Amino acid sequence: MHGEVSEMAFFEMAKTAIKSLIHCPATIRYPFQPAKKTPISRGHVIIDASRCISCGTCQRKCPSQAILLNKEAKTWQIDRFRCIVCNSCVETCPAKCLVMDTQYTAPVTKKSVEIVTITYVKPPKPAPATAAAGGEAKT
Amino acid sequence: MTQRIVIPFGPQHPVLPEPIHFDLVLEDEHVVEALPTIGYVHRGLERLIEKREYPEYVYIVERTCGICSFIHSLTYCQGIEQIMGIEVPERAHFLRTIWSEYSRLHSHLLWLGCFADGIGFENLFMGAWRIRESILDVLEQTTGGRVIQSSCKVGGVRRDISAEKLDQMARDLDGIQKEIEDLTTVFLQDDSIRHRLKNVGVLSKEDAYHLGAVGPTARGSGVAIDLRQTGYAAYDKLHFEAVTEKDGDCYARCAVRARELFTSIDLIKQAIAKIPEGPVDIKVTGAPNGEYFSRSEQPRGELVHYLRGNGTKFLARSRIRTPTLTNVPPLVKMIQGCELADVPVIILSIDPCIGCMER
Repeated sequence: MHGEVSEMAFFEMAKTAIKSLIHCPATIRYPFQPAKKTPISRGHVIIDASRCISCGTCQRKCPSQAILLNKEAKTWQIDRFRCIVCNSCVETCPAKCLVMDTQYTAPVTKKSVEIVTITYVKPPKPAPATAAAGGEAKT
Repeated sequence: MTQRIVIPFGPQHPVLPEPIHFDLVLEDEHVVEALPTIGYVHRGLERLIEKREYPEYVYIVERTCGICSFIHSLTYCQGIEQIMGIEVPERAHFLRTIWSEYSRLHSHLLWLGCFADGIGFENLFMGAWRIRESILDVLEQTTGGRVIQSSCKVGGVRRDISAEKLDQMARDLDGIQKEIEDLTTVFLQDDSIRHRLKNVGVLSKEDAYHLGAVGPTARGSGVAIDLRQTGYAAYDKLHFEAVTEKDGDCYARCAVRARELFTSIDLIKQAIAKIPEGPVDIKVTGAPNGEYFSRSEQPRGELVHYLRGNGTKFLARSRIRTPTLTNVPPLVKMIQGCELADVPVIILSIDPCIGCMER
């Protein structure tokens, strides 16, 4: 009985080994080939600087304190080495200017932060017609 | 009397992916005593609870462990929901159960691979990890992350799974089950593996119970404890029995994990068949005020999160007790009396997760 059992296991292992020999590799040559990704994969956060309203929600909601917003200098900064790609900033951004890209960032040899200049310009408020008319009436 | 010598084992050792140290007191090749030392990778994650708001802390708590991360977030969220009296939608409970079982599949396959590598069976290691990759693919397709899912939140889950995807997952599991059957046949019936694992690191049922063993370590010694039977998430609506073995040796612990793979597949299929329609989360307002011990079954055993809120967005205390910590005293008992060459296999047999243990 014991012999039969081990023979069975031997054939299973031999089957697996032969299958491995004739199949193509189960792995890919990352980073030379892009990693397998799905539409919802979390790769890295990207910002559309023309839509950022500098509210600072992303900075407050970031659990790893990777984002730094400087309202005076109008810059948005992310430390990719601190970012844990949790999607918290993307979910909470009221202006929807943050997007999760599906690919990882490229490997680097030096630590650095990424600084983006915010180019969003607040549109001027259209003067309400009634107020303007009222103002004229007062004068 | 034979002269006693002390051999240091770890924190760096070829079989240990993470650092733990043992001072092994030897008489010839026999280990008479093992003195563990821990604390090499303490990160202070529990203290961060005072600095992060409780909804954002989910992202940190799930990074306690890189393998069973989803179950950490589930246990934390369950605790907060109990303190705040939040009723989570039924569909969210089922989704949490499905992702928990996928996490268990991936963790057990990872362990089987590492264990095969530890006993020198590299071909088997690669086979186990290849199957694991298909499990990780499903996790990534449904949550966006391979090992850190970030899909659980206080009040439900972040993502839903479509009916078509659930059907596809159920169909794919049939193929995965066949591959796992082939793999476990080798693990449980190969002569060289049986010879390496049988009667090595024996832990009796009484010792397992009194020393506080949990998870497959306890079940391998015949102690039928499985926290899933308490019915958290959607487990109360699914049928399963705790997998146990009697012998308490390394082979028994390996067999428990191998057989649990089929239990997990069965649980996922049951959950997919029974999942109700409806919302997957509810809006949560306010802050927790009170305390709760939240428990769940990780792949390695019972996980406990103690949470205490003070009515603000920042919790006053979080305490995480992971299964590896409770499995260290039984491990010390297993090592006593074994041969020096068996120590690496015995340590691997409890599936130690040191980063998880030291938080």
